[in-house]
Amino acid sequence: MKYMLLIYENDDERVAMMDERMPHCAAYVETMKKAGIYLTGDRLRGATTATTVRVAGGKTQVIDGPYAEAKEQLGGYHIIDVPDLDTALAWAARCPSAARGSVEVRPIWPL
Amino acid sequence: MPAENSALAHDTAAAIARQSYGKLVAFLARRTRDLASAEDALSEAFAAALVDWPAGGVPKNPEAWLLTVARRKQIDALRRQQSGEQATGHLQLMADEVAATAASEAMLPDDRLSLMFACAHPAIDRAIRAPLILQTILGFDAATVGSAFLVSPATMAQRLVRAKNKIREAGIPFDVPERNELAERLDSVLEAIYAAFAEGWSDPAGTEARRRNLADEGIWLGRLVVSLLPEEPEALGLLSLMLYAQSRREARRDACGEYMPLAEQDPQLWDAKLIDEAETLLRRASTMPGTGRYQLEAAVQSAHVVRRLGCSSDWAAIESIYAVLLRITGSPVVAINRSVAVAETSGPAAGLAVLDELAGDSRLTNYQPYWAARAELLARAGQVDAAAAAYERAIGLEADPAVRRFLQRRRSELVGAPPR
Repeated sequence: MKYMLLIYENDDERVAMMDERMPHCAAYVETMKKAGIYLTGDRLRGATTATTVRVAGGKTQVIDGPYAEAKEQLGGYHIIDVPDLDTALAWAARCPSAARGSVEVRPIWPL
Repeated sequence: MPAENSALAHDTAAAIARQSYGKLVAFLARRTRDLASAEDALSEAFAAALVDWPAGGVPKNPEAWLLTVARRKQIDALRRQQSGEQATGHLQLMADEVAATAASEAMLPDDRLSLMFACAHPAIDRAIRAPLILQTILGFDAATVGSAFLVSPATMAQRLVRAKNKIREAGIPFDVPERNELAERLDSVLEAIYAAFAEGWSDPAGTEARRRNLADEGIWLGRLVVSLLPEEPEALGLLSLMLYAQSRREARRDACGEYMPLAEQDPQLWDAKLIDEAETLLRRASTMPGTGRYQLEAAVQSAHVVRRLGCSSDWAAIESIYAVLLRITGSPVVAINRSVAVAETSGPAAGLAVLDELAGDSRLTNYQPYWAARAELLARAGQVDAAAAAYERAIGLEADPAVRRFLQRRRSELVGAPPR
């Protein structure tokens, strides 16, 4: 089954510490690739760069900022292919960001 | 003789439903992780059996017959649902399994433990784990489970559906966890079983058949886990604990239906057979590495049942067990029990001192046992007014009329006049 790991953590801190923390993240991704489970993933620019679009009553609204204002924001994601939820949870727990924020594990719903 | 055949068919089907329901569901849902469709297919198979068996006779291996029919129903349902290539692989595998089941006389594999681990998975809402186990292992319908847990049938049905969807869509595995995770994961299975038992146990008058049965079902599930994991001391501990409690079931009420507290129960009314079994289980558990909450709680029970031999309860042992339990669980409920034990070993003032430490805990403001324990200890310490006030609180919080009457009697003995 395919799962997306959605990484939520303190966004300002994440952006500020990126260079320092990047090697850990790279090692984590490399390990998943070696395990043959990694499909894709990336980090996101800070939430201050986010723009949200909503169409209401035929009018397009463009709002500066993320979908929801919160200290913890979506900062990146990985998509992995593993046999079951337990395996996905085990990989999520190894994500360095899990120790700082949270990693949400969601099954992919194929189109 | 059609009538006889029909009776035999019904009895066989009922016996399988009782003994093997969970086994059949676990087998049918294993590949797809789709519990709802497995249950639907199985109930169709049972319906078919009640038509076929009276006429054609009960098959030699009725479980295999039910499985084969249920598998076909599942395949039909899947065909209706999905079309195209993605279903083909699945269907082929399932069809192969039908053939294999029909051909083999071998015993049906018992995956009930895996199913229980899926139902009590940490990704499933804790409150629905026990109901889910009761439904999938024992075949209880939502109305029965709902009434046992004091939830409306519609709400319970909705929650069960949601939990089953989560198992299927999130890919929760049907597996017994690896050794290094087993103890922790087993804990949530045991917790769910104990929750089922406790729901049944909390109907002391035994007036509600559905809830009374739940205590028996809890013990049945406890036995099942012990038979499948005989080397897990906490599984033995939980079964032992439930059997000790069950042994006193009848003694909790006197001949007039009035509440009898443990201290005043006649040990002759306790079920000696259940106690012996509980003691044996607890001894066996104590030879294995790993002491946990259920073994400790069973050990407390063991220290009480010495009364059937004419001794008084071993309060010193009970106090020290509660001290260990408190360290493990940090539960205020355990702390209350410990205060009662301390009062027995060191006097009511010492017990009250333990309770005073809990006074700030907001969870206890509306917790009847806290106020009942407090009232009892205050009464023994001679603080009549404070005791009467605490009894008042306990009475106001109690839902069971027999216990309420008991508390009222205690209170009026203290103040010398009926409260109303």
